[in-house]
Amino acid sequence: MTEPSPDGRNRRRSRPTRRIVVPLTVVSAIVAGTVLSGCGQQRDEDVFTVMNSSTDESYHRWDGDTLKRCSKQLGITIEQQSVPAAQLMTKALRMASSKSLPDVLQLDASEMPTFAEAGGLIPLKDLGLTTTDIPEGIVDFGSFDGKYYGAARTVNTLALFYNKDTLDKAGLKVPTTWAEMQSTAKELTQGKRYGLALSAGGAEDGVFQFTPFMWSNGGDESKLDTPEVAEALDYWKALLKDGSLSKSTVNWTQADVNDQFMAGNAAMMINGPWQVETLNAKKGLNWGIAEIPVPEAGDDSVGPLGGGVLTVPNTGDTEREKTAAKIIGCMAGEQEQITYALNSWMVPANTKAAAVWRTKAPELAALAGQVSTARSRTAKVGAQWSSVSLALQSAFQSALTGTSSEAALKRAQQQVTSGN
Amino acid sequence: MSSTTASAAALPADPQTPTAGVAKKPVDPRSAKRRKSLAQWGFIAPAVIFMALFFGYPLVRNIVMSFQDYSPSTFFTGEAPFNGLDNWNNVFSDGLFGKALWQTILFTVGSLLGQFCIGLALAVFFTRRFPLNGILRSLILLPWLVPMVVSGIVWRRIFDQDTGVLNSFLGTIGLPGDTPWLTSTSMALISVILVNIWIGIPFNMVILYGGLQEVPKELNEAAALDGASAWRTFRSVTLPMLKPVITVVLVLGFMSTVKILDLVLALTDGGPADSTQTLGTLTYQNSFVQMDFGAGAVVGNILILISAVFAVFYLRVNRNEGK
Repeated sequence: MTEPSPDGRNRRRSRPTRRIVVPLTVVSAIVAGTVLSGCGQQRDEDVFTVMNSSTDESYHRWDGDTLKRCSKQLGITIEQQSVPAAQLMTKALRMASSKSLPDVLQLDASEMPTFAEAGGLIPLKDLGLTTTDIPEGIVDFGSFDGKYYGAARTVNTLALFYNKDTLDKAGLKVPTTWAEMQSTAKELTQGKRYGLALSAGGAEDGVFQFTPFMWSNGGDESKLDTPEVAEALDYWKALLKDGSLSKSTVNWTQADVNDQFMAGNAAMMINGPWQVETLNAKKGLNWGIAEIPVPEAGDDSVGPLGGGVLTVPNTGDTEREKTAAKIIGCMAGEQEQITYALNSWMVPANTKAAAVWRTKAPELAALAGQVSTARSRTAKVGAQWSSVSLALQSAFQSALTGTSSEAALKRAQQQVTSGN
Repeated sequence: MSSTTASAAALPADPQTPTAGVAKKPVDPRSAKRRKSLAQWGFIAPAVIFMALFFGYPLVRNIVMSFQDYSPSTFFTGEAPFNGLDNWNNVFSDGLFGKALWQTILFTVGSLLGQFCIGLALAVFFTRRFPLNGILRSLILLPWLVPMVVSGIVWRRIFDQDTGVLNSFLGTIGLPGDTPWLTSTSMALISVILVNIWIGIPFNMVILYGGLQEVPKELNEAAALDGASAWRTFRSVTLPMLKPVITVVLVLGFMSTVKILDLVLALTDGGPADSTQTLGTLTYQNSFVQMDFGAGAVVGNILILISAVFAVFYLRVNRNEGK
């Protein structure tokens, strides 16, 4: 290579540069190469993946056990991949663009339409799954545009939780109508204790909690500026004005509401069965559960359906998709539904499974009644739900902090219509 | 081999050995130059590739995205049709954008003022020698160490109108104990700013404290001998000496404040009634709640533009200082 230079200085000077230049370039190239090649992932022939948001230890364990039983039954290996709920959707979309989607994807039912609309899901009936013994409301819950994309194992909804001791001491009955709930809540509001707690936070939690009031009153998410929705909102405003609701309601999540109830700061609360595990952990707390009160006696109490659905993402590999459907068939089988429902305090989706569950968890009977009339948030507006939800959040928060319900809802409807 | 001639050609440039290269056959000085610049590029290459990959590419993609109809289906089809200024029009015609922009300005100016003034006061305070100085100084660093989301969650509890520590404390010392910190549309933004000031004080204090160490004590002594008051000395001697550090603190503080997201999400979720929405939360809401990535990109680009203006300003100030 280099000729020895007359004084040796030259060599010392020129060689280090090359010694450094080459490796540096190589390193940069390798880094760039690794980054780019990391995008594509190879699928393993015999290993199937189920992606869900079961990041909690207990849920992860329950799902793991289910998948172990299904692996054995189907003679394949099924792996579980859990991602925090808030990141699941974006993670799945990224996996779609790098063609590395899992075989089964558990989505929150309110997010499923967005994924289905994008062409990301395979209709389950095309893959041989049926909807026998599933009530219509729950089939709708897993459907978008008339096609059934998502099989629910269990569903949940909201109910009225109350502190039995507090109500007994005051000699009050569990309220069943709006008027009763308002007067009961007012009477139970004493000192640091509020009569009722609910979440009106600026996120999906708050909207979820508003829907039973809006729907039981005949209101509709496809048209927000109707007197029915305004009345529901005025009812919330009245509770706040009475002092039965804490002003912090607009800042509370459903978990905060549960904390307040457990701490004795609220005599009743609107919440879901996923809190039962925590409620039972507190000794001396004697709680009961009832359907959410309705505007007039005899009305139906219409709550929101919540929970996840199992879907088959569109990976283009028909054979694998068929196996994925079998995995869903196993996970959402009657026996697995009962096991999962008893673990997680939710209601089985399948009618027969629900009947068995009712005998095993009689204390949650009110929940089963509430589920039978419950509605899916996305059945009417589909993938537009996220815009409706944002507009509604903004509306009830404005109304609770001063604006008139009519004006707030009118603005919300404009927001939805203009697409902003 | 060209390397042979090149290595020899480097010699004439070396004044220490004027004759060595000349004695040999004459070589092209241009090739030496080329070689040298190749070496320079070799050193720069990793940084350039890194920047291009992790900053340039996302930046360009984000700008392009703001002119595209980029929806969830794009992730499957790879198609994102261009839609001209539709996204921009949608964002600007939405009343929420103006509100978020105004609130971002209030938030940034309020936070910077609070952080800087309190940070400077503490920095000056700690230049004096007193017992426990070191321990106190490190205790004040604590907010800096706590992750933003954790601070947010803890402060949300502290601010709770009925059960929060802050209100019950105010109540016991005879002040009104029912301040609606996070639940009133007029108070919420102020509360969020207060938390951000609390978080930002340590950074300001540490950097300004460092700057104060550089100010020669003799100058202060000289000013004192001339009969200047403490305030006068501070204003006319210390502050001008601190100027370069102050610029750094303010510009860096600005850039981390203007894009605030996590703190607001943890404290108020942008509520109540959008009274704490900032450009950061708006980007998040557009992109990851509504899945309207085009609109999200528009707001993101505006944020980048605002930061870029300040970055240029910062570089200019720094260059002038160097002269």
